[in-house]
Amino acid sequence: MKILVCMSNVPDTTTKIRFKEDNTKFDDAGVQWIINPWDELALTRALELKEASGGSISSITVACVGEATTEPTIRKALAIGADDAIRVNAVAQDSYFVAAQLAEVVKQGSYDIVLCGIESSDYNNSAVGGMLAEFIDVPSVSSVSALNIDNGTVSVNREIDGGKETLEVKLPFVAVVQKGIAIDPRIPNMRGIMMARKKPLTVVEPVDADVLVEYEE
Amino acid sequence: MSVLVYTENWEGKFKKLSFELVSYGYELAQKTGGSLTVLSIGNVAEEELKKLGQYGATKVVAVNDDKVKSLENQAYTSVIEQVAKKEASKIVIFANNFAGKAVAPRVSVKLKAGLASSVVGLPISYEPFKVSKRVFNGNAFSNITVKSDVKIVTLLQNSYGIFENPVETAIENYNAELEDSYGTKVTSVDKITGKVILTDAEIVVSAGRGMKGPENWTTIEELADVLGAATACSRPVSDEGWRPHSEHVGQTGKIIAPDLYFAIGISGAIQHLGGISGSKCIVAINRDPEAPIFEAADYGIVGYAFKVLPELLGAVKELKNS
Amino acid sequence: MHFEFTEEQLMIKQAARDYAQRELIKDVIERDEKAIFPEHHIKALAELGFMGMLVDPKYDGGGMDTISYVLAMEEISKIDSSVAVVMSVNNSLVCYGLEKYGTEDQKEKYLKPLARGEVIGAFLLSEPEAGSDATSQRTTAEDKGDHYLLNGTKNWITNANSASTYIVIAQTHPDKKHKGINAFIVDKDTPGISLGPHEKKMGMRSSDTHSVMFTDVKVPKENRIGEDGFGFKFAMKVLEGGRIGIASQAMGIASGALERAVQYSKERKAFGTEISNHQAIAFKLADMAVRVDASRYFCLYAAWLKDNHQPYGTASAKAKLYAADSAMFVTTEAVQIHGGYGYVSEYHVERLMREAKLTQIYEGTSEIQKIVISRDLLK
Repeated sequence: MKILVCMSNVPDTTTKIRFKEDNTKFDDAGVQWIINPWDELALTRALELKEASGGSISSITVACVGEATTEPTIRKALAIGADDAIRVNAVAQDSYFVAAQLAEVVKQGSYDIVLCGIESSDYNNSAVGGMLAEFIDVPSVSSVSALNIDNGTVSVNREIDGGKETLEVKLPFVAVVQKGIAIDPRIPNMRGIMMARKKPLTVVEPVDADVLVEYEE
Repeated sequence: MSVLVYTENWEGKFKKLSFELVSYGYELAQKTGGSLTVLSIGNVAEEELKKLGQYGATKVVAVNDDKVKSLENQAYTSVIEQVAKKEASKIVIFANNFAGKAVAPRVSVKLKAGLASSVVGLPISYEPFKVSKRVFNGNAFSNITVKSDVKIVTLLQNSYGIFENPVETAIENYNAELEDSYGTKVTSVDKITGKVILTDAEIVVSAGRGMKGPENWTTIEELADVLGAATACSRPVSDEGWRPHSEHVGQTGKIIAPDLYFAIGISGAIQHLGGISGSKCIVAINRDPEAPIFEAADYGIVGYAFKVLPELLGAVKELKNS
Repeated sequence: MHFEFTEEQLMIKQAARDYAQRELIKDVIERDEKAIFPEHHIKALAELGFMGMLVDPKYDGGGMDTISYVLAMEEISKIDSSVAVVMSVNNSLVCYGLEKYGTEDQKEKYLKPLARGEVIGAFLLSEPEAGSDATSQRTTAEDKGDHYLLNGTKNWITNANSASTYIVIAQTHPDKKHKGINAFIVDKDTPGISLGPHEKKMGMRSSDTHSVMFTDVKVPKENRIGEDGFGFKFAMKVLEGGRIGIASQAMGIASGALERAVQYSKERKAFGTEISNHQAIAFKLADMAVRVDASRYFCLYAAWLKDNHQPYGTASAKAKLYAADSAMFVTTEAVQIHGGYGYVSEYHVERLMREAKLTQIYEGTSEIQKIVISRDLLK
């Protein structure tokens, strides 16, 4: 079984958000870039599942749409424990464009489970996971707060109004996860940090995709 | 532009947000000279469907099929796609909530429609279609333009409001084409029936880290029970796993507008206040007289939650009994 | 010259910060109050690789540079110096000493488990009558042919109870004065070793400090470090590096106090405005920030020298002197800015102030650092 975790590179929101040019542009000077917190928890859960799988989960790949400047953040994911990484060499434009790129990555790598954070802490679109699932025409479950694999059966919990539901899902599928999927993001250890540069980070060029939404600059 | 609104019901009754969505859709249809169609999925009685007319729904398409009893993203996407195509909808509106986040992105790809999520209030312009959305976890807003022919909006709850525009409502029962089975199957539901839905509640009892631990929520729940209120919490509480995320109120959680809001042991970070500013009356209990919650509160009690709560609970019970 | 950290250095800083801000913070006040040793934290940090982070990976260490070590020490010390001191002693005194001067057999047997953090070490130099004056060792190590026999008392030993591996400095040839001193690796459970009571300290109360008594303790010959009579030089060399650890700890204490003071002054209101808007407070913050940054540069410079195999003894003495004195200054100001709240444990700064005091005293007092610095200046 192969797991893909989609990640985005976002500014550390515990630092101050500043805008420039008459408040129209995000000021990225001095900003520390981090793995989107929801994606980091998704990665943590994926690692937990792999460790408990007794070898049935063969690899965990992270994928990110972004330019070369996102690589330090991608390597952080490798340091935490992902086996390899794919960077689609393009500016992450709207969610539709990003999802189209990730869909291509999924098609090429035939992953069984794809994990996406429910939103990113910058543009809060909550869109990429669902769009990606539709592009590759597989089931998706959103607001996933628990993901378990028991004898090859994959089940998820999702929170609904006034309670929660447990669902069984057919593979491949996309889980759009929220906080709670893992308690705390994993802290990389020294060995992981040392290994990060040695693990494969493949750069692929983007496929043609439309941009349907434009942010005002 | 013809507008399609996707409404939500809970056990056959429309959620408050549905009325806001219909009010919003009505306004968009009016402004763009288009028609409004409202979609209801699930088992909703005709009498309840008619209620939507109060907010401007001239046409309601009702889909009631066992295959869409629970939220199956692909099935729902398919129903919405079929109705949107049938109605030649140019704008499809969802709530920016659990269901909206699950389905709207899929519909976006199906219809090749640009998605504007967590949109605040009415569009800034219709030609081009430009809206304001929340970004950076509610710490900023950004204007975005949707360039595609069909557009999808997920509306931030309570960012527009509910407005009455009574009209005659035509109801169409529609049989959507659905697959025999889908990739997900609900195996168990853990639902607390009889509980008030947070976003619909008139009274909300909310508590924060001042409660020290999840074991101390019994008095909060008891107070909510006595008041017929929903329970809520601040972000650190749900992040710690003391309470489910569905109870998290604030800019990054649920945005609510009850008549009465109790903030107990909540210091009142700006993000929290962003989620409750629509409340008609806020009562704060906090031991720190400097806590920012008191600036937002209409009534404040300075004291330890553990000391104040039992007395408050006693007083409310006494009042109820008298 | 370039002021830039590598990706790995920043990841280590962040890892230390995440652990400190997420885990250490939870029970730091209680552990300080009740003087509880942070056993589970040491275990967790060992799993992350922080206990032997400077050791070559071939001896199971993290293989990180001293710059990373400074950054990690800062982040840990911002929250909990009792944990930081365990890290410092294990990394810069025990592991470093063994890696640099130990035999392959000693490294295999003792360094590896220390570097993995499975066990921790202690460094036994101070004596009741030999603190700063390390030449006058009273503990004796009598040469008995195939083993040494240790007798005497060591004082103020960090990790005394929790450590499994001791490095003990003792006198073998009193007539040769400091040139007769030796360093030994001693298993803590060797018969004849006993511990004094847990010292009731002013600060760093959750680190375990005891005196250690040696009565006819047999130490195998192969456990001596280096040639006969190398012990004093060994201790001095090891302490040169140890100063970087303690300087970074002091800098972290100051930096943590500054973070708290800045935050508090932006929240707390007096006379109708946040106190940070009062120049009396804002200027204090400016003075504190200058001291913190200067301390950090001192630490990083000494670390850089060490990483580049250049002499760093004077630089590390300057770093420790300045960072320790600055920590005292900055934490005192932080308490002052907090007013009454600063004097109670809940707001953390009073603990930082108590911790700061020790950095002026241990691993070479501020006065000893001045001797090192001035001797270098005048030679």
